[in-house]
Amino acid sequence: MKLNIKELERKAYVLRKNVINMIGIGHRGHYGGALSSAEIMTALYFYKMNHRPDNPKWEDRDRFVLSKGHSCPILYSALAESGYFNMEHLKTFKDLNSILQGHPDVLKTPGVEANTGSLGQGLSIGLGMALGLRLDKRDSKVYVIMGDGEMGEGQIWEAGIVAAHYKLNNLVAFLDHNKIQAMGFTKDRINVGSLAEKWKAFGWHTVEIDGNNMEEVVKVLDDADYITDKPVMVIAHTLKGKGISFTENTPAFHNNLMTEIQFEQALFEINQKIEA
Amino acid sequence: MNTIHNPREEYGKQLLTMCHANKNIVVLDADLCKSTMTCKVEEELPEQYFEMGIGEQNMMSVAAGLSLTGKIPFVNSFAIFLTSRAFDQIRQAICNASLNVRIIGSSSGLSDFGDGSSHQTVEDMAIMRALPNMTVIAPCDGIETRKATQAMVDYKGPVYMRTSRNDMQDLTTEESPFEIGEVYPLIKGTDITVFACGIMVSKAVEASKVLAKEGISVAVVNVPTIKPMKRDKIIALSRETSAVVTAEEHNIFGGLGAAIAEALREEKIQIGFVGIKDTFGVSSNEAEPLLEYYGITVEAIIAKVKAIINLK
Repeated sequence: MKLNIKELERKAYVLRKNVINMIGIGHRGHYGGALSSAEIMTALYFYKMNHRPDNPKWEDRDRFVLSKGHSCPILYSALAESGYFNMEHLKTFKDLNSILQGHPDVLKTPGVEANTGSLGQGLSIGLGMALGLRLDKRDSKVYVIMGDGEMGEGQIWEAGIVAAHYKLNNLVAFLDHNKIQAMGFTKDRINVGSLAEKWKAFGWHTVEIDGNNMEEVVKVLDDADYITDKPVMVIAHTLKGKGISFTENTPAFHNNLMTEIQFEQALFEINQKIEA
Repeated sequence: MNTIHNPREEYGKQLLTMCHANKNIVVLDADLCKSTMTCKVEEELPEQYFEMGIGEQNMMSVAAGLSLTGKIPFVNSFAIFLTSRAFDQIRQAICNASLNVRIIGSSSGLSDFGDGSSHQTVEDMAIMRALPNMTVIAPCDGIETRKATQAMVDYKGPVYMRTSRNDMQDLTTEESPFEIGEVYPLIKGTDITVFACGIMVSKAVEASKVLAKEGISVAVVNVPTIKPMKRDKIIALSRETSAVVTAEEHNIFGGLGAAIAEALREEKIQIGFVGIKDTFGVSSNEAEPLLEYYGITVEAIIAKVKAIINLK
């Protein structure tokens, strides 16, 4: 049963709450990019994708690849909420022998579709999946989330050329454009220029949205079904660290730890959004 | 009877046959299909062939994606561009997840003699061997190249096979057994055992014949799979002679010689290496003079055999 917009908006904050609890007090974690992509992840797992958490290898499922693998806390949160594994596992994130690695691992985590972590490779992996699914004449789609800092990887642009060449209309990529990378604001580190113009020039159907606005995310996902001759690139303008006052738009929280006070404050703010 | 086959042509023919038989096999190439011989698949079965353009890194990750949808991708280019340029892609998505991707490094070793160092591989076996889950194969002739290609279809996990660009004399026959991971004694001997792979197997056989005339009995073992290696079998074969020489068209560091030395690490057996002595390649207008330049010849094996026997 698909959730409505209000329910989806609330769910995005439930996923955020899981991220905060998963990383916990005094442990480092990639908060920023996990929190910025919560709406996109929620819309994918609880609105758009055909998938069966009780049968993760169901052949007709839609695929999801988290190219920016460091944002995996939000993926694990979505997988647990979907029922791929028990919520109890979230507490074991990055523990020795945990099924939840610091970056996604297909051999360890039910529901993870590709090993990522070395940036720039997920779009190509999604491209390969899209070719394979098309060869099998399946209607399944492949969804990929990339980061904006990740646009510095040359392989992204190789995939951009090849996916357009093959007119892969079953490939939908989100660019989580939160404007911050590990060492600071993207425009200051290496200014990547207009991403929308670049992807249009590469032959992709390119759309810009507010990636933290659930209505816009849901609409762009539905609209993508009607693009028949091109892969789709959604430039999703988001707020890094979205949802918690002291992590929002803060480069330090790309990868950081929370003190006990910060942890309580974060949960308090998130709970307010969930209960609203 | 001396017969000759070209390994890349044998690979191309075998791949085409397999593509006809198994629709899950897909072939990727990066603008070198007339060199790697995957062009036969592009011509006859275009739906199973994916041109990836000149972008090996993307190609390698695309292969990972295809594998994740149940396909059996054969990834093709020159050995150097696959193993070096796309190393991270092989490591991160393919070996880490132990995907059934088949990586065929064409024109490996010094076999692309004219193009020089940038196109020659002295390190491909070493770097592929260092990757957990990876299998590494270096066939000794065209027939074995064909059999290895067939054997990897249903094999579990990633495979790297280096193939030679130039004609190779047949050492095996259609009836010879081939199994990934197995080693094959070709000539019996009592004084020393030569383990060889790729083009060096025929040179080892020739060296053995020359040395037999001098009264030195040399066993020759074909080791087409560099990893995984049957350590017990390597030890048993080495103990028969208590002296070992390895021969490979590869850096003496990290390849076959290193793998054999590692297998024999608890044995009191003298071992000598014939290979490229930790240096890059260079251009040559012909294949054989280049091998002579690097000292990977029949004469080099003979000299190394004598030197090791003297230490016994």
